Amino acid sequence: MSAPTATRPTAPAHAGPGAPVRARRPRTSVVVGILLVALGLSAVLSIGFGAEPLPPRVVLEVLDHRLLGGTADPTWDAIVWDIRLPRTLLAIVVGAGLAIAGTGIQTLVRNPLADPYLLGVSSGASVGATAVITTGLFAGAGLWALSLGALAGALGAALLVFGIAMAQGGLTPLRLVLTGTVLSSAFSAFASFLVFRSSDPQAAQSVLFWLLGSLSGAAWDQLLLPTATVAVVGGLLMAGSGWLDALAAGPDTAAALGVPVRVLRNVLFVLLAALVGVLVAVAGGIGFVGLILPHVARLLVGARHRAVLPVAALAGALFLVWVDVAARVVVRPTEVPLSVVTGLIGAPIFLLLLGRRTYRFGGAS
Amino acid sequence: MTHGARFPAPADDPRTPHLQARGLACDVGGRRGRRVLTGVDLAVRHGEMLGVVGPNGTGKSTLLRVLAGVRPAAGGAVLVDGTPLVDRSPRARAREIAMVGQEEQPQSDLLVGEVVALGRTPHRPPWAGGDDAERTAVLDALAAVELDHAVDRSVEQLSGGERRRVLLARGLAQEAPLLVLDEPTNHLDVRHQLALMRMIRRLERTVVVAIHDLNLAMAVCDRVAILHDGAVHADGPPEDVLTPAAIREVFGVEAVPVRHPDTGHVHLLFTTHEPADDR
Repeated sequence: MSAPTATRPTAPAHAGPGAPVRARRPRTSVVVGILLVALGLSAVLSIGFGAEPLPPRVVLEVLDHRLLGGTADPTWDAIVWDIRLPRTLLAIVVGAGLAIAGTGIQTLVRNPLADPYLLGVSSGASVGATAVITTGLFAGAGLWALSLGALAGALGAALLVFGIAMAQGGLTPLRLVLTGTVLSSAFSAFASFLVFRSSDPQAAQSVLFWLLGSLSGAAWDQLLLPTATVAVVGGLLMAGSGWLDALAAGPDTAAALGVPVRVLRNVLFVLLAALVGVLVAVAGGIGFVGLILPHVARLLVGARHRAVLPVAALAGALFLVWVDVAARVVVRPTEVPLSVVTGLIGAPIFLLLLGRRTYRFGGAS
Repeated sequence: MTHGARFPAPADDPRTPHLQARGLACDVGGRRGRRVLTGVDLAVRHGEMLGVVGPNGTGKSTLLRVLAGVRPAAGGAVLVDGTPLVDRSPRARAREIAMVGQEEQPQSDLLVGEVVALGRTPHRPPWAGGDDAERTAVLDALAAVELDHAVDRSVEQLSGGERRRVLLARGLAQEAPLLVLDEPTNHLDVRHQLALMRMIRRLERTVVVAIHDLNLAMAVCDRVAILHDGAVHADGPPEDVLTPAAIREVFGVEAVPVRHPDTGHVHLLFTTHEPADDR
């Protein structure tokens, strides 16, 4: 269902002598425009899917009623406005946020296989969430307990990765990758330990469902924090896009171009950790979105961050809207965790990208 | 080829070196790094081209990084127009010194013009870019390396030599009066080596260049500094510095200077100390 963004033939075929001099690449503004229209249509269509299918006309009626003062059936109004719309909006925000985080982290560690969870943030969050599920931590926070536990775990893990990497001499790409990977394993082990020693037979199931990501808890009052975080971090990364381009070319090159590399890396780490921490707290761990959509965006509009960030964000939003639809209709009435869907769609996409001779995952040719 | 400034220095004090190293010490490998160079004193005048030569591992690249301000000095100071380099902000420094490294490769998913536009980074805020002024500067820089026709091509479509020239154009787009180049002719065939070095000579900038080919250094540089045993072994006009005795001591090979029958330039012929093979 991500086909509109994933399979458009855009990169030039390998050029021999006499090949066109211009690289074929659509204008960023055109791609952004198409994605915006597709996202708007998808949002309306996606609201129609669910346990009670609704035609787009009903969805539009409710939106008209709420936004422009028209009339609508109160039953439909409740389903659309209170349940499905916040969920679609959360899918948009989380999808965009994961794609932005993936773009940033791939630049920070200069590694095409990096995804937003590389920094150990998500496995730290899983420790917090598992602690909430198995021990009743933060029970006083009610429905917010899980998110609160996950956020605390995520930020704690990020601080630990940051501190260890800094103590060893700074946030160099290799050190970040290794520290993040090692600590992720340790956190996952600890989360598994918590599940194992829990007496609650439901705990393992709950933890697994949370770990694989879900938007099923979406509600209006949960939207503010992730929306604000995605907007602020996305805006700041756009504001620094010229420096990110230089950083992607390598630390020495960036330094020679007058970029304060150390400061930029530290700020980037903090922004990405906060972004991923919030996203994991509201939606659990959703795989593949942050890994693949930055590559899809680069394939479409080239590697400049000014172009990649908005295109990846919109493509990520579009992708996750349809992933969430699939997650709730494939085995109705139960829901499938999102990572199950993203993995099944994402792996073939990644293999397709691998097979392209003209795309080298941002590396030097 | 003249040995000296090719164009006049700025008026204030023509004797102030454009780039100067004073008692410079350089480490490789970060904070607990290994000291590779100590007590380096060098002075490069405005418009001069200084070649840095030396065996592998003597710290040519490290010295260039420190001279360009990309890595911190472990001791001593780098002065630009008489004032310490470390007093400048990274941006201000990048407007005065451009550097192109030895192992750099342009990213394959950028267009040629986009790679060169990176050179405009110190001239614009990080959120700006892509305007007409930038395009003009990019085309000017590409024209200097005769690749302006390729501005909208993918880096992927370029040959190895063209990619080196694109990186040089990125350095030129910085519009810095000082250019630090680490082995710019690496991986180029002999024709492109000579063409590129001639192009660099025409730039009317102060250039510090690391070269491993001694004959190339002899042919294009105003002055040559030999690095050996963690220090500057000799520094001066190429023919005075690249003597058979110095080359024997530093590189461990025998060199015979020979005049080119057509151009009259001195070239070096090399033989090793190993006994000749009789068969």
